[in-house]
Amino acid sequence: MLKTFKMGGVHPPEMKIAGNREIKVMPIPGKVFIPLNQHLGVPAMPVVKKGDEVKTGQLIARSAAFISANIHAPVSGKIVSLEDITDHSGYRKPGMVIEVAGDVWDESIDRDTGLKDTIVLSQEEIIQKIAEMGIVGLGGATFPTHIKMMVPKGKKADVLIINGVECEPYLTSDHRLMLEKGEEIIVGTRILMKALGVNRAIIGIENNKPDAIVHLTTLVKNLDGIEVAALKVKYPQGGEKQLIKALTGREVPSGKLPIEVGCVVDNIGTAFAVYEAVQKNKPLIERIVTVTGPEIDHPANYLVRIGTPVSDLIKQSAIPEEKIGKLISGGPMMGKSLNSMDVPVTKGTSGILVIPEYQASRVPARVCIRCGRCISVCPMGLEPYLLSALAYNTNWEQLETEKIMDCMECGSCHYTCPSGRPLLDYIRLGKSRTGQIIRSRINKS
Amino acid sequence: MISTIIIAVTAMAFIGVIAAIILYYVAQKFKVIEDPKIDEIAEQLPGANCGGCGFAGCRNFAETIVKSGSMEGLNCPVGGNSLRNIIGGIMGVQVTETTPQVAVVRCNGNPANAPLKVKYDGPFTCQFVHGLFAGENGCPYGCLGLGDCVQACKFDAMYMDLVTGLPVVIEEKCVACGACVKACPRMIIEMRNKGPKGKRIFVSCVNREKGVIARKNCSVACIGCNKCVKICPHDAIILENNLAYIDYDKCKLCRKCVAECPTDAIHEVAFPVRKPTAVSNEQLAMSN
Repeated sequence: MLKTFKMGGVHPPEMKIAGNREIKVMPIPGKVFIPLNQHLGVPAMPVVKKGDEVKTGQLIARSAAFISANIHAPVSGKIVSLEDITDHSGYRKPGMVIEVAGDVWDESIDRDTGLKDTIVLSQEEIIQKIAEMGIVGLGGATFPTHIKMMVPKGKKADVLIINGVECEPYLTSDHRLMLEKGEEIIVGTRILMKALGVNRAIIGIENNKPDAIVHLTTLVKNLDGIEVAALKVKYPQGGEKQLIKALTGREVPSGKLPIEVGCVVDNIGTAFAVYEAVQKNKPLIERIVTVTGPEIDHPANYLVRIGTPVSDLIKQSAIPEEKIGKLISGGPMMGKSLNSMDVPVTKGTSGILVIPEYQASRVPARVCIRCGRCISVCPMGLEPYLLSALAYNTNWEQLETEKIMDCMECGSCHYTCPSGRPLLDYIRLGKSRTGQIIRSRINKS
Repeated sequence: MISTIIIAVTAMAFIGVIAAIILYYVAQKFKVIEDPKIDEIAEQLPGANCGGCGFAGCRNFAETIVKSGSMEGLNCPVGGNSLRNIIGGIMGVQVTETTPQVAVVRCNGNPANAPLKVKYDGPFTCQFVHGLFAGENGCPYGCLGLGDCVQACKFDAMYMDLVTGLPVVIEEKCVACGACVKACPRMIIEMRNKGPKGKRIFVSCVNREKGVIARKNCSVACIGCNKCVKICPHDAIILENNLAYIDYDKCKLCRKCVAECPTDAIHEVAFPVRKPTAVSNEQLAMSN
């Protein structure tokens, strides 16, 4: 009997068509576009000026607040402008443009590909290194990792969970990373364990990646404290709270963080980035991006420099224009649809999904038939039909008592609704408005 | 038999009288003395409870007027000046005239001017789409065309033009209650003075991006070129954050800025068709 979380969940078609494609290095583009807000929290402050020459891996924007992260130059070249960059939504956000000239790396970065598995740094030094190298959660939420590692006073972490679930259909970047960089991930896990001061780590992997499970299990055989757990395939198992429930049986209370139950969850990609940062002194300047889609001839996993425009990825995969109906950054369930092809890859881009036009449009919404399926699939135990109706009627007060802030926008309700109702859209609206009201109340008091 | 009826009737009558006396005294004791003016004013108000005055409804507004004793800073935009005079009569105070206003849609991004770049098929509310993305034509300031303002209008004074995809204000019906202004998440709709005979000039754009970027999405965007500010003889135009704004209190409706605007972002309403002037003849001759 495989482990999984109990409440809710759906099982969309897995479609992991890029799972057997090796990671290819994407050529460096001519120009990179770097938004200053690639992480959750406050945008970073630029420390370079227009016209400055930068080397690959050089710090270009410094963390501007407690919850913020450093940004490093992903390429070497000249800063051509510090201007606003259109992001996936079409709104313009502060950023900078670097024109690429050669590929000169910063001297401090160890570019040797050999495995370095002795951890020399102390606990504090590791956390400082992670902060310095701008590591953020690469699962998609892009929460700065060093803050996660700093356990608040009075709380104690006793288990580190490494998230190799990758429950989103289509995406395979974590899968490929586990297969090709297994040793590095294990060292990264050990570094994170040392940073947290825990002696137990669980790597959770869904059962549709048997090769990765076997590979990592053999790697951790001689190691104390790290175990690999196979999980039943179920969406949204990659959600922090669901994964904790599935692996440890603990339930994170409403509105609280996982540290409340002694857990810290990090993504596979983050573990690898931490390895590179701590052992090789390499900042987060590239990541694995899956380019895939239901009708794509050559789905692929690329190692992409941050800031590469999506149009370059499309070109590299030789996807003809007529096959592109809709572009999604991330997976089909929680990803964000792109407004244009000029949007750059950021720290949180785990995949680019190309959907043909005939699959892109929604079914027309019909009336709610009160079947209750949305309630039965909600992994947080909420009532999506009620939340969306309340948001439609702008009843923000009741939305708060109905715990709308617990919704993690996984989209299971929307996916399962037989009437094709836009449940999640209205829940998102309600969530943003209720969140505003709650924040303003906190600021007042 | 008959005596039972008599006893019952007398008892009921007795209880009735006692209850009446108690009720009378209680009513006297707990009487709420309300100014009769409140009722009088409330009767005169439109009764739509639109909230245009800023209060919870017409009666609440009437109470506020009576409490404050004057019309200073209070206005029912629906009733306008005639209503102000009536209320002034009831209150026995002199009221100042207010200028009638009308809602103005400051966006001209129809598909011809701002071609659609992407297709959206989620829920049709501007409020949600504003939080989601920049809009189908790419302008992060422009009208989303999903009609939150039309929904908010309680006087049927707005409709969506199906060709342009922009809301249209029916001037005769608009009472300037401001419901559409509050409903628009992009603050495109503004209350402006109606102007003499409905004549008014306004900048039909709220895009605060730099000119080059604004023009990429829309050919009639204000590009912040400063030309109108320079030509205005009355200092009525201010340029802030790459966007010109015409102060309707200072504007003398000379129409110089309308001709000057290189992107036709400045609109004139209810003016007669422009005759070729001496200046433009000269320009014609020069160009020839």
